[in-house]
Amino acid sequence: MKYTGSIAFGVLLSIATSGLAVAAESKDYTLVLQDHRYQPTELHIPADTRVKLEVINKDPSPEEFESNDFPAEKIVMPKSSATLFVGPLKAGRYHFFGDFHQPTAQGTLIVE
Amino acid sequence: MWAIALLVFREVLEAALIVSVVAAATRGVRQRGLFIGGGIALGVVGAALVAWSADWLAAAVSGAGQEVFNAGVLLAAVLMIGWHVVWMSSHGRELSRQMQAMGSAVKAGASSMVMLLAVVALAVLREGSEIVLFLFGMRAGGADHLWAGLSVGVVAGAALGYALYAGLLRIPLRHFFSATNAMLVLLAAGLASTAARYLIQANIVPALGYRLWDSSWLLANGSLPGQAAHVLVGYDAQPAGMQMLFFAATLLLLWAGARWARGHAGAAVAKHALPDGLGQPAQ
Repeated sequence: MKYTGSIAFGVLLSIATSGLAVAAESKDYTLVLQDHRYQPTELHIPADTRVKLEVINKDPSPEEFESNDFPAEKIVMPKSSATLFVGPLKAGRYHFFGDFHQPTAQGTLIVE
Repeated sequence: MWAIALLVFREVLEAALIVSVVAAATRGVRQRGLFIGGGIALGVVGAALVAWSADWLAAAVSGAGQEVFNAGVLLAAVLMIGWHVVWMSSHGRELSRQMQAMGSAVKAGASSMVMLLAVVALAVLREGSEIVLFLFGMRAGGADHLWAGLSVGVVAGAALGYALYAGLLRIPLRHFFSATNAMLVLLAAGLASTAARYLIQANIVPALGYRLWDSSWLLANGSLPGQAAHVLVGYDAQPAGMQMLFFAATLLLLWAGARWARGHAGAAVAKHALPDGLGQPAQ
């Protein structure tokens, strides 16, 4: 079992590292969180493109940038920023939110 | 209060589902309550530590620390579940025979139990750290009914976990460990898939197809059943190719490992008919 375990781990690790070189041409976009609201509430990004998204949190409390419409889940600490990769997405509207302040932290990605 | 309760409930539910499958899988094992309780306690301490070092974690690995950490925790849990599953396939039959014969607690391999304790701890740590960060922020913002929300969320999440546990106990003993073992395997495969999702988000692994399909119309990721299916069988409404690969690789490795262990156990039994029906985990 020890062997099987380490082989399994090795396989997963090599899969993981083999992708390190992959860097899709990505453009940078920014979302700002203030008073637990996203600015802008509608962010326009190009279709079929992987974009690098920076979420800046100006609030004194942590937030989690999250969506159920596209894969995204990242905690943004207070007075700090976090970067994640989003897409490529097909044209359309994709809802996202702040998991820790859902009543106000709501926004939409407009992919076009 | 309800917003707080809902968030806490969702996080607790994820951990509780994992804990209840582990609890069912260790049915009949002596001192199992101690192991599971210990795992939960360790997880709570770990959650506080993770939340406390969240700033550092966020900055680590050039901003991908969170993803790497989450993926690491998930894959560690996959390895530990794998260990237990392989161990059970060589000892499960004796275990259930003993239980049927004696109707009482039996001794399981200590290393296998420690693995499951760690799985419980890691599940609680991962979901718990989010709760801690959330409550910390809420407290800073002076939210009302913080503790009430927390209590309602924890109790509701734990209750649903317990319902799953009680349901699993109704499986006839003859099939019981095959069923819980299969659940553990699916659980592990799902955790591996989630790990891949984090690594894709950080651009550490290629996606191999960002969205193989979209079954959100049938079962959405954000819905409660979708979330439960996500934890229990690794359901994702919009899976990437790499997630499928991690999922399939885990299934394959655990299946092969279990088969291998069963073969070994058969040989060992033939050789010296294990004195108490149970031995040390296969090496």
